[in-house]
Amino acid sequence: MATDGIETLPVTYNYKVVRQFAIMTVVWGIVGMGIGVWIAAQLAWPALNFDLPWTSFGRLRPLHTNAVIFAFGGSALFATSYYVVQRTCQARLLSDGLAAFTFWGWQAVIVAAAITLPMGITSSKEYAELEWPIDVLLAIVWIVYAVVFFGTIMKRQVEHIYVANWFFGAFIVTVTILHTVNSAALPVSMTKSYSAYAGAVDAMVQWWYGHNAVGFFLTAGFLGMMYYFVPKQAERPVYSYRLSIVHFWALISIYIWAGPHHLHYTALPDWAQSLGMVMSLILLAPSWGGMINGIMTLSGAWDKLKDDPILRFLVVSLSFYGMSTFEGPMMAIKTVNSLSHYTDWTIGHVHSGALGWVAMISIGSLYHLIPKLFGKEQMYSVALINLHFWMSTIGTVLYIASMWVNGIMQGLMWRAYNEDGTLTYTFVESLVASHPGYVVRMIGGLIFFSGMLVMAYNVWMTTRRDVPLAISNSETVAATV
Amino acid sequence: MDINDLRGVSTLFMLVTFIGLVAWAYGRKQQEPFDDAANLPFADQEVAERTRSEVLDRD
Repeated sequence: MATDGIETLPVTYNYKVVRQFAIMTVVWGIVGMGIGVWIAAQLAWPALNFDLPWTSFGRLRPLHTNAVIFAFGGSALFATSYYVVQRTCQARLLSDGLAAFTFWGWQAVIVAAAITLPMGITSSKEYAELEWPIDVLLAIVWIVYAVVFFGTIMKRQVEHIYVANWFFGAFIVTVTILHTVNSAALPVSMTKSYSAYAGAVDAMVQWWYGHNAVGFFLTAGFLGMMYYFVPKQAERPVYSYRLSIVHFWALISIYIWAGPHHLHYTALPDWAQSLGMVMSLILLAPSWGGMINGIMTLSGAWDKLKDDPILRFLVVSLSFYGMSTFEGPMMAIKTVNSLSHYTDWTIGHVHSGALGWVAMISIGSLYHLIPKLFGKEQMYSVALINLHFWMSTIGTVLYIASMWVNGIMQGLMWRAYNEDGTLTYTFVESLVASHPGYVVRMIGGLIFFSGMLVMAYNVWMTTRRDVPLAISNSETVAATV
Repeated sequence: MDINDLRGVSTLFMLVTFIGLVAWAYGRKQQEPFDDAANLPFADQEVAERTRSEVLDRD
């Protein structure tokens, strides 16, 4: 309420843009993970590429990564950051119009990616494949996002900036810098450009971008979710606010140096490789500090896990986060990397982070968020959330276990020598040995993907105004506003 | 004096800054403001309730 005598309407939150992004998170999750299952099946049964250029693995794989990271993950980040910044600042978004622009602009980027990548239009930079006109649109949308987010913080009605907003803010600022620097290129036509960098410098810029896409897009932003939705769902403040401050500064100042571990034993100078390795090892400390802070928020209330599947999603995602942030530094050690690099172990590691951490914390947050956005007490069916939880967990475990087995086996087969110095195995022999793992991975992915369909049904029933809650909900948790 | 001295000094500077940050965050003076901040997710019932009615009234 204004105190200077001017009449103003009482403040309410802009839930419309949050609703739009939340629904699109589910939609793009299904699309992106569906393509993932398809290309996993192609690796087991190559005939599934149908001998067409548009459906070949090389074109669909970037479509899968862009869809799950930027369409699914990006929409989840927009939805949760817009929700959290409003609720913890007790202020409406800076501008409804600009917020709507970020929604439609972001969807336009995704559609453009879905058209150009299968056509083979690509800058060939991993996780930054989009050609320059789409890069420019993305940059504009992102800067407007920053204006809306920080503008909302500036008009906050409370003294403090809650720690979740620090993480969201760092994610927004850093992604602006990463995207602009890495995408710098000389266009030669509307669909073709050449990178501004060359040789080892190009590789280093690319993986400075690539690893910080992991560190800021896929970690800092989702830690922002953790710092709001875990306390909210557990109905108690975060375990240690002091630790969260140290967590924030340590994490953002160390992540930025870890990129060279993607370039071990390449033309990158040796000192840069070692620096990347050491910084990756140090990174274990802030990562686990944050994980412990999230999990310990439940200290004294562990019984809530027994009957709240949303909390289970959030806590198990933190367990996967802890596991993959232990695995990551280990794989960054040069001697371990000489075994693991270029094998399926890397793909398993990425998915223990992507499915176990990023997707599961997003799904848990959405189950908390969606009823509130539609004025309901809770999701249509808590039993279906529980089903989804088990499908996600089992799917992730099948995926990462099969890739561990495949990866270590491939690494060992590729480095095996005979006494006369010749290779023990041909590449094709390691490929044949990998086949069972590819089938198991596809099954794991299919289970995880099917869980998203269960979610879509549950969300659809929750959004319908004429449908009451499912009967099975009577004995379940009460939701807080 | 060459560039490597500057690199050493900057490392030392980062270490001191980090120790200073930890000392600040765990200082007694921050107890109360941090408690307030930690409770922010639970402090907006009024606005949330008003938004909820608005959501239920939408077309």
